[in-house]
Amino acid sequence: MTQAPPSTQTADNNSVGIVVPQTLHFDQPLQLACGRALPEHDIIYETYGKLNADKSNGILICHALSGHHHAAGKHSEEDRKTGWWDSCIGPGKPIDTNVFFVLSINNIGGCNGSTGPTSINPDTGKPWGPDFPPLRCRDWVESQYLMMQHFGITQWAAIIGGSLGGMQAMRWALEYPDALRHCIVIASAMKLSAQNIAFNEIARRAITSDANFYEGRYLEHNTLPKQGLALARMVGHITYLSEDGMKQKFGRELKTGNLSLGSSSDTAVEFEVESYLRYQGEAFSGSFDANTYLLMTKALDYYDLAREYNDDPVTAFKQATCSFMVVSFTTDWRFAPARSREIVDALVAADKAVSYAEIEADHGHDAFLIPIPRYMDVFHAYMKRLKQEIGHAF
Amino acid sequence: MRFDLTLIQPWINANSRVLDLGCGDGMLLETLSKEKNVSGVGLEIDPDNITLSLARGVNVIEHDLNVGLGNFRDDSFDMVVMTLALQTLRYPHLVIDEMLRVGRECIVTFPNFGHWRSRWYLGHRGKMPVSKFLPYTWYDTPNIHFCTVKDFEALCDDKNIRILNSSVIGADNSQSALANRFPNLLGVTAVYHISK
Repeated sequence: MTQAPPSTQTADNNSVGIVVPQTLHFDQPLQLACGRALPEHDIIYETYGKLNADKSNGILICHALSGHHHAAGKHSEEDRKTGWWDSCIGPGKPIDTNVFFVLSINNIGGCNGSTGPTSINPDTGKPWGPDFPPLRCRDWVESQYLMMQHFGITQWAAIIGGSLGGMQAMRWALEYPDALRHCIVIASAMKLSAQNIAFNEIARRAITSDANFYEGRYLEHNTLPKQGLALARMVGHITYLSEDGMKQKFGRELKTGNLSLGSSSDTAVEFEVESYLRYQGEAFSGSFDANTYLLMTKALDYYDLAREYNDDPVTAFKQATCSFMVVSFTTDWRFAPARSREIVDALVAADKAVSYAEIEADHGHDAFLIPIPRYMDVFHAYMKRLKQEIGHAF
Repeated sequence: MRFDLTLIQPWINANSRVLDLGCGDGMLLETLSKEKNVSGVGLEIDPDNITLSLARGVNVIEHDLNVGLGNFRDDSFDMVVMTLALQTLRYPHLVIDEMLRVGRECIVTFPNFGHWRSRWYLGHRGKMPVSKFLPYTWYDTPNIHFCTVKDFEALCDDKNIRILNSSVIGADNSQSALANRFPNLLGVTAVYHISK
Protein backbone atom coordinates (compact mmCIF):
# COMPACT_ATOMS: atom_id res chain seq x y z
CA MET A 1 0.00 0.00 0.00
CA THR A 2 1.39 3.36 -0.96
CA GLN A 3 0.88 6.06 1.60
CA ALA A 4 1.95 9.64 1.70
CA PRO A 5 5.04 10.13 3.79
CA PRO A 6 4.24 11.56 7.20
CA SER A 7 3.80 15.29 7.08
CA THR A 8 6.50 17.48 8.48
CA GLN A 9 5.25 19.89 11.09
CA THR A 10 6.07 23.49 10.33
CA ALA A 11 6.15 26.47 12.65
CA ASP A 12 2.38 26.73 12.22
CA ASN A 13 1.23 23.93 14.48
CA ASN A 14 -2.30 24.15 13.12
CA SER A 15 -1.04 23.08 9.74
CA VAL A 16 -0.56 19.61 8.33
CA GLY A 17 2.81 20.97 7.21
CA ILE A 18 4.55 20.03 3.98
CA VAL A 19 2.61 17.49 1.98
CA VAL A 20 3.64 15.46 -1.03
CA PRO A 21 0.97 14.50 -3.56
CA GLN A 22 0.91 10.85 -4.63
CA THR A 23 -0.45 9.29 -7.79
CA LEU A 24 -2.21 5.98 -8.09
CA HIS A 25 -2.66 4.21 -11.41
CA PHE A 26 -5.72 2.06 -12.11
CA ASP A 27 -5.36 -0.16 -15.15
CA GLN A 28 -8.83 -1.66 -14.96
CA PRO A 29 -11.45 0.06 -17.15
CA LEU A 30 -13.73 2.40 -15.22
CA GLN A 31 -17.29 2.10 -16.48
CA LEU A 32 -18.91 5.53 -16.77
CA ALA A 33 -22.52 6.68 -16.56
CA CYS A 34 -22.46 7.76 -20.23
CA GLY A 35 -21.96 4.17 -21.33
CA ARG A 36 -18.30 4.57 -22.23
CA ALA A 37 -15.39 3.44 -20.10
CA LEU A 38 -12.05 4.96 -19.19
CA PRO A 39 -9.59 2.22 -20.19
CA GLU A 40 -7.19 3.24 -17.43
CA HIS A 41 -6.80 6.23 -15.17
CA ASP A 42 -4.59 8.00 -12.68
CA ILE A 43 -5.72 9.65 -9.48
CA ILE A 44 -3.54 12.22 -7.80
CA TYR A 45 -4.23 12.57 -4.10
CA GLU A 46 -2.98 13.79 -0.76
CA THR A 47 -3.55 12.32 2.68
CA TYR A 48 -3.33 13.99 6.07
CA GLY A 49 -3.23 12.24 9.43
CA LYS A 50 -2.87 8.52 10.08
CA LEU A 51 -5.27 5.71 9.31
CA ASN A 52 -5.98 3.91 12.58
CA ALA A 53 -5.72 0.15 13.14
CA ASP A 54 -9.37 -0.65 12.42
CA LYS A 55 -9.50 1.90 9.60
CA SER A 56 -12.49 3.61 11.15
CA ASN A 57 -11.15 7.17 11.06
CA GLY A 58 -11.12 7.82 7.32
CA ILE A 59 -12.58 11.03 5.96
CA LEU A 60 -13.03 11.65 2.26
CA ILE A 61 -12.97 15.23 1.03
CA CYS A 62 -14.86 15.90 -2.20
CA HIS A 63 -13.79 18.99 -4.07
CA ALA A 64 -15.90 21.58 -5.84
CA LEU A 65 -15.88 22.82 -9.43
CA SER A 66 -12.32 24.06 -9.73
CA GLY A 67 -10.90 22.28 -6.68
CA HIS A 68 -8.28 19.58 -6.56
CA HIS A 69 -6.36 17.21 -4.30
CA HIS A 70 -4.31 19.89 -2.55
CA ALA A 71 -6.72 20.70 0.27
CA ALA A 72 -4.35 21.39 3.17
CA GLY A 73 -0.78 22.26 4.04
CA LYS A 74 1.89 23.41 1.64
CA HIS A 75 3.98 21.73 -1.02
CA SER A 76 7.17 23.46 0.08
CA GLU A 77 8.38 25.90 2.73
CA GLU A 78 8.42 28.60 0.06
CA ASP A 79 4.85 27.90 -0.99
CA ARG A 80 2.90 31.10 -0.39
CA LYS A 81 -0.50 29.50 -0.61
CA THR A 82 -1.89 26.67 1.44
CA GLY A 83 -4.33 24.03 0.21
CA TRP A 84 -7.84 25.22 -0.63
CA TRP A 85 -9.44 24.03 2.63
CA ASP A 86 -6.56 24.61 5.01
CA SER A 87 -9.00 26.60 7.16
CA CYS A 88 -10.80 23.39 8.09
CA ILE A 89 -8.24 20.58 7.79
CA GLY A 90 -5.31 20.31 10.19
CA PRO A 91 -4.33 19.50 13.78
CA GLY A 92 -7.03 20.89 16.09
CA LYS A 93 -9.13 22.14 13.18
CA PRO A 94 -12.68 20.87 12.57
CA ILE A 95 -11.34 18.05 10.38
CA ASP A 96 -8.73 17.23 12.98
CA THR A 97 -5.74 15.43 11.49
CA ASN A 98 -4.64 14.39 14.99
CA VAL A 99 -7.69 12.14 14.99
CA PHE A 100 -8.73 11.52 11.40
CA PHE A 101 -7.09 10.16 8.29
CA VAL A 102 -8.08 12.52 5.50
CA LEU A 103 -8.04 11.62 1.82
CA SER A 104 -8.33 14.38 -0.75
CA ILE A 105 -8.22 13.51 -4.43
CA ASN A 106 -8.38 15.31 -7.74
CA ASN A 107 -11.42 13.94 -9.54
CA ILE A 108 -11.18 12.31 -12.94
CA GLY A 109 -11.79 14.85 -15.65
CA GLY A 110 -9.69 17.28 -13.63
CA CYS A 111 -6.54 19.02 -14.75
CA ASN A 112 -4.33 18.83 -11.68
CA GLY A 113 -2.81 15.39 -12.21
CA SER A 114 -5.71 12.96 -12.38
CA THR A 115 -6.73 11.62 -15.77
CA GLY A 116 -8.66 14.27 -17.66
CA PRO A 117 -8.92 16.07 -21.00
CA THR A 118 -5.24 17.10 -20.93
CA SER A 119 -4.11 13.47 -20.44
CA ILE A 120 -3.04 11.35 -23.39
CA ASN A 121 -5.75 9.19 -24.89
CA PRO A 122 -4.07 5.76 -25.15
CA ASP A 123 -6.00 5.02 -28.36
CA THR A 124 -4.72 8.04 -30.27
CA GLY A 125 -1.54 9.05 -28.49
CA LYS A 126 -2.89 12.63 -28.40
CA PRO A 127 -4.51 14.58 -25.57
CA TRP A 128 -8.12 13.58 -24.98
CA GLY A 129 -9.31 17.18 -25.32
CA PRO A 130 -13.01 17.35 -26.22
CA ASP A 131 -13.12 13.56 -26.74
CA PHE A 132 -12.82 12.91 -23.03
CA PRO A 133 -15.98 11.09 -21.98
CA PRO A 134 -18.67 13.30 -20.45
CA LEU A 135 -18.80 12.68 -16.71
CA ARG A 136 -21.52 12.59 -14.12
CA CYS A 137 -21.12 13.11 -10.43
CA ARG A 138 -21.67 9.38 -9.90
CA ASP A 139 -18.55 8.63 -11.97
CA TRP A 140 -16.53 10.54 -9.40
CA VAL A 141 -18.19 8.53 -6.66
CA GLU A 142 -17.21 5.30 -8.46
CA SER A 143 -13.58 6.36 -8.80
CA GLN A 144 -13.54 7.52 -5.16
CA TYR A 145 -14.89 4.08 -4.23
CA LEU A 146 -11.85 2.50 -5.91
CA MET A 147 -9.64 4.77 -3.80
CA MET A 148 -11.48 3.64 -0.68
CA GLN A 149 -10.79 0.01 -1.57
CA HIS A 150 -7.16 0.82 -2.21
CA PHE A 151 -6.78 2.05 1.35
CA GLY A 152 -8.65 -0.97 2.71
CA ILE A 153 -11.34 1.25 4.20
CA THR A 154 -14.81 -0.30 4.33
CA GLN A 155 -16.61 2.66 5.88
CA TRP A 156 -15.71 6.33 5.98
CA ALA A 157 -16.19 8.12 9.28
CA ALA A 158 -17.45 10.93 7.05
CA ILE A 159 -17.59 12.18 3.53
CA ILE A 160 -17.42 15.94 3.45
CA GLY A 161 -17.89 18.38 0.62
CA GLY A 162 -18.86 21.93 -0.17
CA SER A 163 -20.84 22.98 -3.25
CA LEU A 164 -20.32 20.34 -5.98
CA GLY A 165 -18.39 18.40 -3.32
CA GLY A 166 -21.53 18.22 -1.20
CA MET A 167 -23.38 16.78 -4.19
CA GLN A 168 -20.81 13.98 -4.39
CA ALA A 169 -21.15 13.33 -0.66
CA MET A 170 -24.95 13.02 -1.01
CA ARG A 171 -24.57 10.72 -4.04
CA TRP A 172 -22.31 8.48 -1.94
CA ALA A 173 -25.00 8.29 0.74
CA LEU A 174 -27.48 6.97 -1.85
CA GLU A 175 -25.14 4.73 -3.87
CA TYR A 176 -23.08 3.23 -1.06
CA PRO A 177 -25.16 3.73 2.10
CA ASP A 178 -23.01 1.40 4.22
CA ALA A 179 -19.79 3.07 3.19
CA LEU A 180 -20.17 6.18 5.34
CA ARG A 181 -21.35 7.08 8.84
CA HIS A 182 -21.70 10.81 8.31
CA CYS A 183 -22.39 12.96 5.29
CA ILE A 184 -21.47 16.61 5.70
CA VAL A 185 -23.00 18.78 3.00
CA ILE A 186 -21.93 22.42 2.93
CA ALA A 187 -23.36 25.17 0.70
CA SER A 188 -24.82 22.63 -1.67
CA ALA A 189 -28.07 21.69 -3.41
CA MET A 190 -29.98 18.66 -4.73
CA LYS A 191 -29.91 20.20 -8.19
CA LEU A 192 -29.00 23.48 -9.82
CA SER A 193 -31.53 26.20 -10.44
CA ALA A 194 -32.18 27.63 -13.90
CA GLN A 195 -30.22 30.70 -12.80
CA ASN A 196 -27.20 28.54 -11.87
CA ILE A 197 -27.32 26.78 -15.23
CA ALA A 198 -27.63 30.13 -16.99
CA PHE A 199 -24.44 31.40 -15.38
CA ASN A 200 -22.64 28.16 -16.26
CA GLU A 201 -23.79 28.52 -19.86
CA ILE A 202 -22.36 32.04 -20.09
CA ALA A 203 -19.07 30.68 -18.78
CA ARG A 204 -19.09 27.86 -21.33
CA ARG A 205 -19.97 30.20 -24.20
CA ALA A 206 -17.12 32.48 -23.21
CA ILE A 207 -14.75 29.54 -23.57
CA THR A 208 -16.16 28.00 -26.73
CA SER A 209 -16.35 31.34 -28.54
CA ASP A 210 -12.68 32.10 -27.90
CA ALA A 211 -10.84 32.06 -31.27
CA ASN A 212 -8.20 29.81 -29.74
CA PHE A 213 -10.67 27.18 -28.62
CA TYR A 214 -10.48 25.15 -31.87
CA GLU A 215 -13.47 23.06 -30.84
CA GLY A 216 -11.58 21.92 -27.81
CA ARG A 217 -8.43 20.86 -29.71
CA TYR A 218 -6.38 23.85 -28.62
CA LEU A 219 -3.55 21.69 -27.25
CA GLU A 220 -3.06 20.18 -30.70
CA HIS A 221 -2.79 23.76 -31.98
CA ASN A 222 -0.31 24.65 -29.25
CA THR A 223 -2.53 27.34 -27.86
CA LEU A 224 -5.04 27.93 -25.05
CA PRO A 225 -8.43 29.70 -25.03
CA LYS A 226 -7.15 31.88 -22.22
CA GLN A 227 -9.41 34.84 -22.78
CA GLY A 228 -12.53 32.73 -22.79
CA LEU A 229 -11.50 30.84 -19.69
CA ALA A 230 -10.63 34.09 -17.91
CA LEU A 231 -14.07 35.49 -18.74
CA ALA A 232 -15.70 32.27 -17.54
CA ARG A 233 -13.87 32.57 -14.26
CA MET A 234 -14.79 36.24 -13.88
CA VAL A 235 -18.49 35.44 -14.28
CA GLY A 236 -18.14 32.51 -11.91
CA HIS A 237 -16.35 34.64 -9.37
CA ILE A 238 -19.15 37.19 -9.23
CA THR A 239 -21.58 34.42 -8.39
CA TYR A 240 -19.34 33.18 -5.57
CA LEU A 241 -19.40 36.55 -3.80
CA SER A 242 -22.29 38.49 -2.33
CA GLU A 243 -23.20 42.06 -3.20
CA ASP A 244 -22.37 43.15 0.35
CA GLY A 245 -19.15 41.19 0.31
CA MET A 246 -18.03 42.90 -2.90
CA LYS A 247 -19.07 46.26 -1.51
CA GLN A 248 -16.99 45.72 1.60
CA LYS A 249 -14.02 44.32 -0.25
CA PHE A 250 -13.89 46.78 -3.16
CA GLY A 251 -16.57 49.45 -2.83
CA ARG A 252 -15.98 51.93 -5.64
CA GLU A 253 -12.28 52.26 -4.87
CA LEU A 254 -10.11 53.00 -7.85
CA LYS A 255 -7.00 51.04 -8.68
CA THR A 256 -5.80 53.60 -11.22
CA GLY A 257 -6.92 56.98 -12.61
CA ASN A 258 -9.44 59.28 -10.97
CA LEU A 259 -13.03 60.19 -11.55
CA SER A 260 -12.90 63.97 -11.03
CA LEU A 261 -14.12 66.04 -13.96
CA GLY A 262 -11.48 67.73 -16.04
CA SER A 263 -8.83 65.36 -14.87
CA SER A 264 -5.75 65.59 -17.01
CA SER A 265 -4.63 62.18 -15.97
CA ASP A 266 -3.81 59.92 -18.88
CA THR A 267 -4.22 56.85 -16.75
CA ALA A 268 -7.37 54.93 -17.52
CA VAL A 269 -9.87 54.68 -14.73
CA GLU A 270 -9.97 51.20 -13.28
CA PHE A 271 -12.04 50.13 -10.31
CA GLU A 272 -10.54 47.79 -7.75
CA VAL A 273 -13.23 45.25 -8.51
CA GLU A 274 -12.29 45.24 -12.20
CA SER A 275 -8.66 44.74 -11.39
CA TYR A 276 -9.51 41.96 -8.96
CA LEU A 277 -11.71 40.08 -11.41
CA ARG A 278 -9.17 40.46 -14.20
CA TYR A 279 -6.44 39.14 -11.95
CA GLN A 280 -8.58 36.18 -10.87
CA GLY A 281 -9.50 35.44 -14.48
CA GLU A 282 -5.94 35.61 -15.74
CA ALA A 283 -4.50 33.55 -12.91
CA PHE A 284 -7.15 30.90 -13.47
CA SER A 285 -6.79 30.81 -17.25
CA GLY A 286 -3.11 30.07 -16.86
CA SER A 287 -3.61 27.16 -14.51
CA PHE A 288 -6.90 25.48 -15.40
CA ASP A 289 -7.93 23.51 -18.44
CA ALA A 290 -10.84 24.81 -20.51
CA ASN A 291 -12.17 21.34 -21.40
CA THR A 292 -12.13 20.43 -17.73
CA TYR A 293 -14.13 23.55 -16.97
CA LEU A 294 -16.72 22.62 -19.61
CA LEU A 295 -16.88 19.05 -18.34
CA MET A 296 -17.18 20.01 -14.67
CA THR A 297 -19.89 22.62 -15.26
CA LYS A 298 -21.88 20.10 -17.33
CA ALA A 299 -21.63 17.51 -14.55
CA LEU A 300 -22.84 20.18 -12.16
CA ASP A 301 -25.78 21.15 -14.41
CA TYR A 302 -26.88 17.55 -14.98
CA TYR A 303 -26.74 16.62 -11.30
CA ASP A 304 -30.20 15.83 -10.01
CA LEU A 305 -30.16 13.88 -6.80
CA ALA A 306 -33.68 12.53 -7.05
CA ARG A 307 -34.24 12.08 -10.78
CA GLU A 308 -34.01 8.31 -10.71
CA TYR A 309 -36.20 8.19 -7.60
CA ASN A 310 -39.32 9.53 -9.30
CA ASP A 311 -38.04 13.05 -8.70
CA ASP A 312 -38.81 12.56 -5.03
CA PRO A 313 -35.93 13.53 -2.74
CA VAL A 314 -37.61 11.75 0.17
CA THR A 315 -37.60 8.44 -1.71
CA ALA A 316 -33.99 9.14 -2.69
CA PHE A 317 -32.83 9.79 0.85
CA LYS A 318 -34.65 6.67 2.11
CA GLN A 319 -31.64 4.81 0.63
CA ALA A 320 -29.25 6.51 3.03
CA THR A 321 -28.29 5.13 6.42
CA CYS A 322 -25.74 7.72 7.55
CA SER A 323 -26.28 10.87 9.61
CA PHE A 324 -26.27 14.21 7.87
CA MET A 325 -24.98 17.65 8.74
CA VAL A 326 -26.09 20.40 6.38
CA VAL A 327 -24.64 23.92 6.47
CA SER A 328 -25.55 27.00 4.45
CA PHE A 329 -24.55 30.67 4.45
CA THR A 330 -26.99 33.57 4.55
CA THR A 331 -25.59 35.56 1.62
CA ASP A 332 -24.87 32.59 -0.64
CA TRP A 333 -27.13 33.16 -3.64
CA ARG A 334 -25.42 30.59 -5.83
CA PHE A 335 -26.39 27.76 -3.46
CA ALA A 336 -28.86 29.64 -1.32
CA PRO A 337 -29.94 28.54 2.18
CA ALA A 338 -33.32 27.62 0.67
CA ARG A 339 -31.57 24.84 -1.32
CA SER A 340 -30.03 23.48 1.87
CA ARG A 341 -33.38 23.63 3.66
CA GLU A 342 -34.85 21.50 0.84
CA ILE A 343 -32.18 18.90 1.60
CA VAL A 344 -32.97 19.08 5.32
CA ASP A 345 -36.73 18.83 4.76
CA ALA A 346 -36.32 15.78 2.54
CA LEU A 347 -34.05 14.14 5.10
CA VAL A 348 -36.51 14.83 7.92
CA ALA A 349 -39.35 13.42 5.84
CA ALA A 350 -37.22 10.36 5.12
CA ASP A 351 -36.71 9.90 8.89
CA LYS A 352 -32.96 10.42 8.65
CA ALA A 353 -30.75 11.89 11.35
CA VAL A 354 -29.99 15.43 10.28
CA SER A 355 -28.63 18.65 11.72
CA TYR A 356 -28.64 22.01 10.02
CA ALA A 357 -27.03 25.37 10.60
CA GLU A 358 -27.48 28.54 8.60
CA ILE A 359 -24.39 30.63 9.14
CA GLU A 360 -24.58 34.42 9.07
CA ALA A 361 -21.82 35.42 6.66
CA ASP A 362 -21.31 38.15 4.09
CA HIS A 363 -18.91 36.16 1.89
CA GLY A 364 -21.52 34.60 -0.41
CA HIS A 365 -20.85 31.08 -1.69
CA ASP A 366 -17.12 31.41 -0.95
CA ALA A 367 -17.98 31.43 2.76
CA PHE A 368 -17.60 27.66 2.91
CA LEU A 369 -13.84 28.11 2.48
CA ILE A 370 -13.51 30.82 5.12
CA PRO A 371 -12.97 30.17 8.85
CA ILE A 372 -16.00 32.18 10.03
CA PRO A 373 -16.13 31.75 13.84
CA ARG A 374 -19.68 30.37 14.04
CA TYR A 375 -19.07 28.05 11.08
CA MET A 376 -15.99 26.69 12.82
CA ASP A 377 -17.89 26.29 16.12
CA VAL A 378 -20.66 24.32 14.43
CA PHE A 379 -18.20 22.21 12.45
CA HIS A 380 -16.12 21.45 15.58
CA ALA A 381 -19.23 20.60 17.58
CA TYR A 382 -20.50 18.17 14.98
CA MET A 383 -17.10 16.54 14.49
CA LYS A 384 -16.97 15.88 18.22
CA ARG A 385 -19.47 13.05 17.80
CA LEU A 386 -17.32 11.49 15.07
CA LYS A 387 -14.35 11.59 17.40
CA GLN A 388 -16.39 9.89 20.12
CA GLU A 389 -17.50 7.19 17.72
CA ILE A 390 -13.95 6.21 16.84
CA GLY A 391 -12.55 7.00 20.28
CA HIS A 392 -12.00 3.36 21.15
CA ALA A 393 -9.51 2.94 18.33
CA PHE A 394 -7.01 5.33 19.86
CA MET B 1 -31.86 19.48 34.74
CA ARG B 2 -34.70 21.97 34.71
CA PHE B 3 -37.58 20.50 36.68
CA ASP B 4 -40.14 20.77 33.87
CA LEU B 5 -37.82 18.63 31.71
CA THR B 6 -37.63 16.00 34.46
CA LEU B 7 -41.38 16.09 34.99
CA ILE B 8 -42.32 15.40 31.37
CA GLN B 9 -40.02 12.44 30.79
CA PRO B 10 -42.45 9.77 32.08
CA TRP B 11 -44.91 10.95 29.40
CA ILE B 12 -42.48 10.10 26.63
CA ASN B 13 -42.36 6.46 25.56
CA ALA B 14 -39.15 4.53 25.03
CA ASN B 15 -38.02 4.16 21.40
CA SER B 16 -40.36 6.93 20.27
CA ARG B 17 -39.64 9.72 17.83
CA VAL B 18 -39.57 13.15 19.42
CA LEU B 19 -39.45 16.65 17.98
CA ASP B 20 -38.29 19.27 20.47
CA LEU B 21 -39.25 22.83 19.51
CA GLY B 22 -36.77 25.29 20.94
CA CYS B 23 -34.53 22.49 22.19
CA GLY B 24 -32.09 24.86 23.92
CA ASP B 25 -28.80 23.20 24.77
CA GLY B 26 -30.20 19.79 23.82
CA MET B 27 -30.17 18.35 27.31
CA LEU B 28 -33.69 16.87 27.13
CA LEU B 29 -33.06 15.07 23.84
CA GLU B 30 -29.66 13.85 25.00
CA THR B 31 -31.20 12.41 28.17
CA LEU B 32 -34.12 10.83 26.30
CA SER B 33 -31.75 9.31 23.78
CA LYS B 34 -29.52 7.80 26.48
CA GLU B 35 -32.21 6.66 28.88
CA LYS B 36 -35.11 5.79 26.58
CA ASN B 37 -33.49 5.20 23.21
CA VAL B 38 -35.61 8.02 21.83
CA SER B 39 -34.66 9.25 18.37
CA GLY B 40 -35.13 12.94 18.38
CA VAL B 41 -34.48 16.14 16.58
CA GLY B 42 -34.51 19.63 17.98
CA LEU B 43 -35.40 22.91 16.37
CA GLU B 44 -33.53 25.93 17.64
CA ILE B 45 -32.76 29.44 16.51
CA ASP B 46 -30.07 30.53 18.95
CA PRO B 47 -26.56 29.94 17.50
CA ASP B 48 -24.96 29.12 20.85
CA ASN B 49 -27.68 26.62 21.70
CA ILE B 50 -27.30 25.00 18.29
CA THR B 51 -23.58 24.50 18.89
CA LEU B 52 -24.22 23.15 22.41
CA SER B 53 -26.79 20.69 21.09
CA LEU B 54 -24.47 19.52 18.32
CA ALA B 55 -21.66 19.01 20.81
CA ARG B 56 -23.95 16.78 22.89
CA GLY B 57 -24.56 14.62 19.86
CA VAL B 58 -28.12 15.89 19.53
CA ASN B 59 -29.50 16.42 16.04
CA VAL B 60 -30.61 20.00 15.78
CA ILE B 61 -32.04 22.00 12.90
CA GLU B 62 -31.74 25.76 12.75
CA HIS B 63 -35.34 26.84 12.38
CA ASP B 64 -37.56 29.79 13.28
CA LEU B 65 -40.75 28.45 14.88
CA ASN B 66 -42.58 31.57 13.79
CA VAL B 67 -42.55 30.33 10.20
CA GLY B 68 -44.46 27.22 11.30
CA LEU B 69 -43.69 23.56 10.80
CA GLY B 70 -44.80 23.36 7.18
CA ASN B 71 -41.73 21.30 6.35
CA PHE B 72 -42.77 18.49 8.69
CA ARG B 73 -45.32 15.92 7.60
CA ASP B 74 -48.56 15.15 9.46
CA ASP B 75 -48.17 12.68 12.34
CA SER B 76 -44.47 12.22 11.65
CA PHE B 77 -43.51 12.30 15.34
CA ASP B 78 -44.81 10.37 18.33
CA MET B 79 -44.31 13.40 20.53
CA VAL B 80 -43.73 17.08 19.89
CA VAL B 81 -42.34 18.94 22.88
CA MET B 82 -42.09 22.66 23.42
CA THR B 83 -40.72 23.78 26.76
CA LEU B 84 -40.82 27.39 27.89
CA ALA B 85 -41.03 28.73 24.35
CA LEU B 86 -44.79 29.30 23.92
CA GLN B 87 -44.56 32.84 25.27
CA THR B 88 -41.86 33.80 22.75
CA LEU B 89 -43.93 33.03 19.65
CA ARG B 90 -45.59 35.47 17.31
CA TYR B 91 -48.70 33.26 16.97
CA PRO B 92 -48.67 30.69 19.79
CA HIS B 93 -52.08 29.25 18.88
CA LEU B 94 -50.98 28.50 15.31
CA VAL B 95 -47.81 26.79 16.51
CA ILE B 96 -49.91 24.61 18.82
CA ASP B 97 -52.07 23.68 15.80
CA GLU B 98 -48.89 22.79 13.94
CA MET B 99 -47.56 20.73 16.84
CA LEU B 100 -50.78 18.72 16.93
CA ARG B 101 -50.62 18.21 13.19
CA VAL B 102 -47.02 16.95 13.20
CA GLY B 103 -47.15 14.95 16.42
CA ARG B 104 -49.60 12.39 17.71
CA GLU B 105 -49.20 13.88 21.18
CA CYS B 106 -47.63 17.09 22.45
CA ILE B 107 -46.14 18.48 25.60
CA VAL B 108 -46.17 22.21 26.28
CA THR B 109 -44.63 23.94 29.27
CA PHE B 110 -44.86 27.68 29.89
CA PRO B 111 -44.37 30.22 32.66
CA ASN B 112 -47.73 30.82 34.36
CA PHE B 113 -48.43 34.54 34.40
CA GLY B 114 -51.31 33.88 36.79
CA HIS B 115 -48.87 33.07 39.60
CA TRP B 116 -49.61 35.17 42.67
CA ARG B 117 -46.23 36.92 42.49
CA SER B 118 -46.95 38.25 39.00
CA ARG B 119 -50.41 39.33 40.12
CA TRP B 120 -49.01 40.95 43.23
CA TYR B 121 -46.21 42.69 41.32
CA LEU B 122 -48.63 44.09 38.77
CA GLY B 123 -51.37 44.85 41.31
CA HIS B 124 -49.13 46.33 43.97
CA ARG B 125 -46.52 48.11 41.88
CA GLY B 126 -48.59 48.67 38.75
CA LYS B 127 -45.64 47.57 36.63
CA MET B 128 -44.90 44.56 34.43
CA PRO B 129 -43.35 41.86 36.60
CA VAL B 130 -39.60 41.36 36.50
CA SER B 131 -38.25 38.42 38.44
CA LYS B 132 -35.32 36.05 38.63
CA PHE B 133 -37.35 33.59 36.59
CA LEU B 134 -38.50 36.22 34.07
CA PRO B 135 -35.73 38.79 34.19
CA TYR B 136 -36.58 40.87 31.13
CA THR B 137 -37.92 44.40 30.88
CA TRP B 138 -41.20 44.70 28.97
CA TYR B 139 -39.56 46.50 26.04
CA ASP B 140 -36.62 44.18 25.53
CA THR B 141 -37.80 40.64 26.02
CA PRO B 142 -38.17 37.46 24.00
CA ASN B 143 -41.43 36.87 25.87
CA ILE B 144 -44.21 38.53 23.91
CA HIS B 145 -47.24 36.34 24.70
CA PHE B 146 -47.65 35.58 28.36
CA CYS B 147 -50.63 33.54 29.42
CA THR B 148 -52.04 31.93 32.56
CA VAL B 149 -53.06 28.37 33.30
CA LYS B 150 -56.68 29.42 32.84
CA ASP B 151 -55.92 31.12 29.51
CA PHE B 152 -54.20 28.02 28.20
CA GLU B 153 -57.02 25.73 29.23
CA ALA B 154 -59.53 28.08 27.59
CA LEU B 155 -57.54 27.89 24.37
CA CYS B 156 -57.52 24.07 24.57
CA ASP B 157 -61.26 24.18 25.13
CA ASP B 158 -61.81 26.48 22.12
CA LYS B 159 -59.73 24.23 19.89
CA ASN B 160 -61.13 20.95 21.23
CA ILE B 161 -57.67 19.93 22.35
CA ARG B 162 -57.61 17.01 24.78
CA ILE B 163 -55.62 17.52 27.95
CA LEU B 164 -54.15 14.10 28.78
CA ASN B 165 -52.13 15.24 31.76
CA SER B 166 -51.31 18.50 33.41
CA SER B 167 -49.34 19.71 36.34
CA VAL B 168 -47.67 22.79 37.72
CA ILE B 169 -44.32 23.36 39.31
CA GLY B 170 -44.46 25.53 42.41
CA ALA B 171 -42.10 28.16 43.73
CA ASP B 172 -40.05 25.50 45.52
CA ASN B 173 -39.25 23.99 42.10
CA SER B 174 -41.22 20.85 42.87
CA GLN B 175 -44.53 19.37 41.85
CA SER B 176 -46.02 20.38 45.19
CA ALA B 177 -49.50 19.16 46.07
CA LEU B 178 -50.54 22.60 47.25
CA ALA B 179 -49.53 24.28 44.00
CA ASN B 180 -51.42 21.62 42.10
CA ARG B 181 -54.55 22.35 44.12
CA PHE B 182 -54.37 25.99 43.08
CA PRO B 183 -52.40 25.78 39.84
CA ASN B 184 -53.25 29.19 38.43
CA LEU B 185 -52.27 30.93 41.67
CA LEU B 186 -49.33 28.85 42.89
CA GLY B 187 -47.93 27.33 39.69
CA VAL B 188 -44.76 28.98 38.41
CA THR B 189 -44.41 26.71 35.41
CA ALA B 190 -47.36 24.92 33.83
CA VAL B 191 -46.88 21.56 32.16
CA TYR B 192 -49.46 20.15 29.71
CA HIS B 193 -49.64 16.86 27.85
CA ILE B 194 -52.16 17.28 25.04
CA SER B 195 -53.50 15.57 21.93
CA LYS B 196 -56.04 16.17 19.19
